[in-house]
Amino acid sequence: MRRTTYREITGQYIGFYGLMAGLGVLILLSLAAAWHMEHQGHHVTGMTNQIVWGMPHVLAIFLIVAASGALNVASIGTVFGRTWYKPLGRLSGLLALALLVGGLAVLVLDLGRADRILVAMTTYNFKSIFAWNIYLYTGFMAVVVVYLWVQMERRMNRFAPAAGLVAMIWRLVLTTGTGSIFGFLVARQAYDAAVMAPLFIAMSLSLGLACFNLTLAATCRGTDLELGDGLVSRLGRLLGVLAAVVLYFTAVQHLANLYAAEHAGIERFILLEGGVFTALFWLGQVVLGGLVPIALVFTLPAGRALGRVLLASILVFLGGIAQIYVIVIGGQAYPLVLFPGKEVQSSFFDGVVMSYAPSWPEITLGVGGFAMAAVIVMVGLRALRFLPESLADAALDPHHSAAPTGAEEKAPA
Amino acid sequence: MTGRTPQQGFDPQRRRFLSAAAAAAGVTLAPGVTLYGVTAAGSAAARAPEDPVTSSVRWGLLVDVNKCRDGCNACVTACVEENGLRGNGRPETDAQWIRKVELRDPSTGAKRSLPLMCQHCASPPCVDVCPTGASFKRADGIVLVDKHICIGCRYCMLACPYKARSFIHEVVEDQKPYAPRGKGTVESCTFCVHRVDEGRTPACVEACAEAGGDAMTFGDLNDPNSRISKQVAAYVTDQIRPDLGLDPGVRYRNL
Repeated sequence: MRRTTYREITGQYIGFYGLMAGLGVLILLSLAAAWHMEHQGHHVTGMTNQIVWGMPHVLAIFLIVAASGALNVASIGTVFGRTWYKPLGRLSGLLALALLVGGLAVLVLDLGRADRILVAMTTYNFKSIFAWNIYLYTGFMAVVVVYLWVQMERRMNRFAPAAGLVAMIWRLVLTTGTGSIFGFLVARQAYDAAVMAPLFIAMSLSLGLACFNLTLAATCRGTDLELGDGLVSRLGRLLGVLAAVVLYFTAVQHLANLYAAEHAGIERFILLEGGVFTALFWLGQVVLGGLVPIALVFTLPAGRALGRVLLASILVFLGGIAQIYVIVIGGQAYPLVLFPGKEVQSSFFDGVVMSYAPSWPEITLGVGGFAMAAVIVMVGLRALRFLPESLADAALDPHHSAAPTGAEEKAPA
Repeated sequence: MTGRTPQQGFDPQRRRFLSAAAAAAGVTLAPGVTLYGVTAAGSAAARAPEDPVTSSVRWGLLVDVNKCRDGCNACVTACVEENGLRGNGRPETDAQWIRKVELRDPSTGAKRSLPLMCQHCASPPCVDVCPTGASFKRADGIVLVDKHICIGCRYCMLACPYKARSFIHEVVEDQKPYAPRGKGTVESCTFCVHRVDEGRTPACVEACAEAGGDAMTFGDLNDPNSRISKQVAAYVTDQIRPDLGLDPGVRYRNL
């Protein structure tokens, strides 16, 4: 078996430092936004006593869910032994770490009392899925660091499959925990469903791979690293399969609700009458974030896959944000059912569909999480050997021919 | 193992000793037990401030919806006054611990008006989901937020089926010393725990009585002789969303 050689980014790339500076500005702006929200109180945001979680949560959940899925490529390489993906395992682990750190930073900075982070780290109520998640998230970081180490330290390479297996199981549990934040909410019509856990796992696989594809393409472009069309096609088709799995679980989620007359109200709201939420669901998530990218990656032109796979990844990325927005904000906008069968009215907006407009501080804070993730990846690539010398198809698979790639290797589902 | 006949095991001296010991124990413990029983049956006001809260009391509130007048806001006003909840003219973010809800049956047009606040559930979802344990239930059933360890994540607000909690969106001033509040934390009706611990009733209950409504009855649901216990035993009462199985401490009559 050929041994892959890895390298760090070297040389004084103007683009590298320019990008770092731009991301640094975004991070500073997000810190300023968090300070503004903390100093003034959350009334300067679009969040209220009715919509208690807003745009920071949408973007933080996206980052956390994508972090788990960013590890797909490493898992496929080390756990399932696919040679094509093995050289990308290190980058996959780095991206997973970076996305998780970015997501957690946003989540923490949105807290009403972010200064009490030590309380959150030391005082636990173990009946809370939130408390479990604190362990799942920090544990995930530790597991991925070990996983990266056994991949990067040659003497430890033999432990990579075992570490990969642990990491894969851990991330499935982690995303189960994240989905269950909503699944365990007994009172809300939009949540309180066991399917939230597998739905979030499917979302993590799809969104994480989309983030990975975009990161890989940007890295290869920025470092003049050759990226083989065969590899890109594989990543694209895998993304298509995973996007279809998300659509499947979304269908199960809504069909199960539609069957129960009790949930007819929330379903009518999301699927038909919810205005921006209905538009985001059908147009954003289902069509642009699901059907179009699936169609794109299963009709790849031979030898020119990159453009389409990138477009599909961008669409899945945006569709994922739309989906989480509909789940988080749409689920809260629909009124709680306190008195089934009765019309209700109060000074506290009972029975009213709430509107929500994300404010600039919220958006800026959330975007800062993405910038932080990007900076961590860039610093990692600069400091350590995460990148293989070549990602040309011939370097990945000695049996590869220049012929168009097709069905010679099915993407593992 | 061999069996033992009654004759073999009989020991008159041992029997006498046990009888005497039981009698002595009875004489020693009986006054204490009797005293405890009297205390538990009476008002928890008998509890000295230094004594811990116990589960021998379960505080509850009964609202007779027939007596709750449409348009009367006395309970809400009293709560705002008592707990220093003055808002900032921003209804979407200002805190509300108690609110009047108007109900209408769309099929018959029948209307109802009732106060809604934290229902002080026996199995409160807000307590279950709180990551730090800031949301907690006292032994006597009052659900509170520990302002010192609330991190302001608002998960409890998502979990509460009654929308009973508010997040403090702005700096609060002129706080009452017995009802501490703080920007960035979550709060809700405390059943006026500071008054209850002094043997008084919540401000809303007192105001309702003063306004001539007398729609609210506060008391110990564990005490069969309390007014609230007698009423919930005599009349059919409802809990809001009983299907959730949370066993709220607030009950409604004639809903």
